[in-house]
Amino acid sequence: MSDKQGYMKALKCRECGREYPLTATHVCEFDFGPLEVAYDYERIRKSLSREAICSRPQTMWRYHELLPVAGEPTVGRQVGYTPLVKADRLAKRLGVRELWVKNDAVNYPTLSFKDRVVSVALSRSVELGFKTVACASTGNLANSVAANAAAAGLDAYVFIPSDLEQGKIVNSLVYGANVIGIKGHYDEVNRLCAEIAGKYGWAFVNVNMRPYYAEGSKSMGFEIVEQLGWRIPEHTIIPMASGSLLTKVHKAYQEFIKIGVMDEAKWKMHGAQATGCSPISAAQKAGLDFFKPVKPNTIAKSLAIGTPADGFYALKVMKETGGHSDDVTDDEIREGIRILAEDEGIFAETAGGVTVGVAKKLIASGRIAADSSAVLCITGNGLKTIEAMTGHVGQTRDIRPSLREFEALLAQDKPQLVKG
Amino acid sequence: MSVKVRIPTPLRKLTNEQELVEVAPGTIGAAILELQQRFPGIQERLVDDAGQVRRFVNIYVNEEDIRFLQNSDTPLKSGDEVSIIPAIAGG
Repeated sequence: MSDKQGYMKALKCRECGREYPLTATHVCEFDFGPLEVAYDYERIRKSLSREAICSRPQTMWRYHELLPVAGEPTVGRQVGYTPLVKADRLAKRLGVRELWVKNDAVNYPTLSFKDRVVSVALSRSVELGFKTVACASTGNLANSVAANAAAAGLDAYVFIPSDLEQGKIVNSLVYGANVIGIKGHYDEVNRLCAEIAGKYGWAFVNVNMRPYYAEGSKSMGFEIVEQLGWRIPEHTIIPMASGSLLTKVHKAYQEFIKIGVMDEAKWKMHGAQATGCSPISAAQKAGLDFFKPVKPNTIAKSLAIGTPADGFYALKVMKETGGHSDDVTDDEIREGIRILAEDEGIFAETAGGVTVGVAKKLIASGRIAADSSAVLCITGNGLKTIEAMTGHVGQTRDIRPSLREFEALLAQDKPQLVKG
Repeated sequence: MSVKVRIPTPLRKLTNEQELVEVAPGTIGAAILELQQRFPGIQERLVDDAGQVRRFVNIYVNEEDIRFLQNSDTPLKSGDEVSIIPAIAGG
């Protein structure tokens, strides 16, 4: 393993195939196509087997050869290996034989799947010699960059839309990061960050570090397969913002086959969006292979990307696998959050409500057959988006510390329980 | 007065590392043609064989995406600012 490359070969343009050195760069100079890490799969095949994976600590780094960090990871060594929960009660409610929840709402350390991509991006940033890291974020990424940078002793600048949920703002500030609120939506934050990244020599995790960053999402797919007992689920339902996660979980399944860890199989990738920001699902439903950008208006702020960078590739993956897409309203998002909480004891953020809501629709329409197995990817924690549920979950009833008052209350609710 | 165009990093080799280039008022389409005359090769980076702006290229006029305006026909007047930006991953 060479010092700077590990199992990586080059960065390669997804559009035209031109190759670039493994530096902090993300766009093909020729056609602006995104660059992606190319690996030496023959060498990986010799090193990474089920036995090797099982012998390693239960973190996302047990699949290290397939993640773009050359040496030992220096940031986020404990990230990943979140629970895969068999969701029998929710399965019954939605009408499907087998349902699992991949619960990144409890990912370490900042309670979203972004810890996966950030540990890769920052470990690689350290390898490339950066001291300052940055990101454009809808909130979860900002939290993760702030926390992981703090632990690694890196300076962090995080750029977010200024109208984000309070929980996500405090969750970035507490780590001492420089938090810059931009008066605009995420696409405008993104545009500004592209300009800043071009001017300052920082490691912007989702701009110039994007080829490495995006690969971290694959670990969610590797874990799903391993935790299912080395099985690729028939259906995987994934929330889409830029569309990157859907393409990377799909790639994870493909790579396990490519290196011989799994046999050939068939699966479908389904994408979930909020109706108030649904450029990808609108295109999928219309049978198009391109999307029209939109101006987002949804409570699912973590998915509010109107110009999704990986939208084309997400559409391609859904088409190739026979998957589908749909979108849900704000009320349906809240219902999704509520039924996941009531049935499985998991409090997801708004993106999780989107995923559950769309799964419900796809099962009801038969796109996901009643006699099949499905995995829902839950990407973030409900405690960060409490505003979305406030006023929609009932309210506490206050009484004095008196047994008489409690029994009066109980008599209203369930008189049969009151003990004379 | 003229129109200012911000050149993104991947294209600066073509503009002799200039970050800011001034072009005449007109439309986005005309601005791309003017850039091509002054910096040969830049047009094919921005526009595909069918004459459409490439799908991974985002062009903004005064911070608004031209796909919400009139695409290549979007008018440019003196003092306008144009940014050319590659698409970015989610966050």
